[in-house]
Amino acid sequence: MERPLATNAPSASALDQLLDKARSMSQGDAVRDGIVGDIYKITHEICDASVRYEDRAKLASTSRLDRILTSKLWGFPIMLAMLAVVFWLTIAGANVPSAMLADMFGFIEGYITMFFQAIHAPDWLHGLLVLGLYRGSAWVISVMLPPMAIFFPTFALLENFGYLPRVAFNMDRLFKRAGGHGKQALTMSMGFGCNAAAIMSTRIIESPRERMLAIVTNNFVPCNGRWPTLILLASLFMTVSVSGGLQSFATAGVVLAMVMFGIVVTFTVSWVLSKTLLRGVPTHYTLELPPYRRPQFWKTVLLASRDKSWSVLKRAVIVAAPAGVITWILGNVFVGGDSVLNHMAGFFDPFGQLLGMDGFIIMAFLLGLPANEIVLPILLMGYLSSGAMVDADGIDNIKEIFVNHGWTWLTALNMMLFSLLHYPCGTTLFNIYKETHSKKWTILSALIPLGIAIGVTFITAQLARAFGWV
Amino acid sequence: MRSYTIALAGNPNTGKSTLFNALTGLRQHTGNWAGKTVTSAEGFFEYDDASFRIVDLPGTYSLYSNSTDEEAARDYIIFENPDVTIVILDATSLERNLNLALQVLEMTNRVVVCINLMDEARRLGIKIDLKKMQEKLGVPTVAISARSKKGIDELLKQVMLVASGAVVPSPISITYSEEIEKKIAAIEPQVREMFGTHLPSRWIALRLLDDDESLLTSLKKWLQRDQNAASRKEVLQYGETACH
Repeated sequence: MERPLATNAPSASALDQLLDKARSMSQGDAVRDGIVGDIYKITHEICDASVRYEDRAKLASTSRLDRILTSKLWGFPIMLAMLAVVFWLTIAGANVPSAMLADMFGFIEGYITMFFQAIHAPDWLHGLLVLGLYRGSAWVISVMLPPMAIFFPTFALLENFGYLPRVAFNMDRLFKRAGGHGKQALTMSMGFGCNAAAIMSTRIIESPRERMLAIVTNNFVPCNGRWPTLILLASLFMTVSVSGGLQSFATAGVVLAMVMFGIVVTFTVSWVLSKTLLRGVPTHYTLELPPYRRPQFWKTVLLASRDKSWSVLKRAVIVAAPAGVITWILGNVFVGGDSVLNHMAGFFDPFGQLLGMDGFIIMAFLLGLPANEIVLPILLMGYLSSGAMVDADGIDNIKEIFVNHGWTWLTALNMMLFSLLHYPCGTTLFNIYKETHSKKWTILSALIPLGIAIGVTFITAQLARAFGWV
Repeated sequence: MRSYTIALAGNPNTGKSTLFNALTGLRQHTGNWAGKTVTSAEGFFEYDDASFRIVDLPGTYSLYSNSTDEEAARDYIIFENPDVTIVILDATSLERNLNLALQVLEMTNRVVVCINLMDEARRLGIKIDLKKMQEKLGVPTVAISARSKKGIDELLKQVMLVASGAVVPSPISITYSEEIEKKIAAIEPQVREMFGTHLPSRWIALRLLDDDESLLTSLKKWLQRDQNAASRKEVLQYGETACH
């Protein structure tokens, strides 16, 4: 029988003494090397006795592919090409279903409106429920569902194939030079899906300093809440001069450029921080390159659709629906001859104009703090309820709404840049606080990106205006 | 109904989450890269009139507390006393994977070693003598392909035997160099005095010699936790199962 612990409870100080004793004994010795060396000897013995390799050449099949995918010459071009293909598939494939969904929702809206008229419902009720709630949700679904249904499964297939660690391998040298940890490439890739989840994944980084770098810079890769904003604005405004079938290629190119810019900012911020607030030398680590595995296609696609596409959409609708109601109310309650919404937008407008945007956009970003998914819907609802009554029942009409509010390519570009760079969403900030237990770093993780976003958009706006490009 | 707790340990990217999903019917996201699971997922399943709680630990190469996830995995095995720890090994790189298995075997004897990705190994022409491997390791050793759900039943049978105490494995004991053994001998009696048979004294002595400060922090926390009665009850329950 065991001796009960309570009768002879050791104290914390006794433990400290024991560690001191152990330390003085192992002084100067490489105990760890000895331990690891002995364990390796035994594993080698066990394997020698029980494992037999019939054909060592077969084992090398993975390394043949790796010689290309992680080569100094081809590694980066292949990586960029893969990313471009994923974007192109997303953009080209999403156009038609998006338009179809929008048409369908517009068709249904007609019937709902007829129903409201038939029961003689008051105008404000129709406005609140149909123009606010229904349109807001319908818009989110038709614009966000098709790209997500293509992007996430494609990304998941690459992930299950085993490509992500190769990306990390390729990027490792760059991150090291920026003072960060090679695994930051992995947490960065996670950020393409969701920054909040990526913050959790930084736990794989051993050193607290490098982990903090990964946390603070994670925001600079667009998460799934921001993809739709980037993709939509890129296709509406940045590639109008490109004709026909080439347009989706050009749009993919613009989105790719945005991502590249985000990665450049990641490196720059990592480098600056590692020279100032988070000084230190990168630690060594081993990165495992797993064998390539043929993904279970349908399982991967279905799981990614359910876990990612569906849950993001659910989140967007849950947040966007009430936001639609609130925006509609703000846009239809009049104070001193103008709606509350217009007053608010008017307040932010000078600042917005300074950054090449307008008051509505700034307000949408502020209201969008809980979830990036709703920034664009809020903006659109804001525009719709502000007098310019355009029917937004088709993707093409969305551009008309923007143009009616004085949008140019600069407005679109700066909104994309601001979306890419500005503070992380509320959930991500909450996770940062949970993981770092530091108010200071949580606040810095919001302020550093915000400062960069304001700085970059200010510069592009001033340059574009100074050179008379807009 | 009897209930047991199982911990799933293993190197990153050996298919822990795939096995976890196969056992629990849950759909944890799986991915082909090291470090996908950073938080421990928990699930339940029933087998042979017993209910099992299964915890999917983060994948780690060692338990030498290099990072937060390694500490989490180590603390779970040491302090939460799972009834069985399943160590999952990648059949295609056994030699490296066995490191972790040996480290776990130093911490507890209630281990089932589970060699996964057997289909992959077969494709690559790797032949594994399971019997010999089991003989060497001293704990039940099974081969599975979690992806195609092959060998799961044999795995559960062995897990049940160890959990119920019908099989008490006596794992391989690692003998270190004379120098290290001498140092262990000097420290271990004091460790045993402190923790009795509640914690593996030889392993703790070894960790102290390696200057593992994070383990010391965890040990202190454990002592504090032990002071409240609720957790002592838990410890006694473990004592009971250990006495089978």
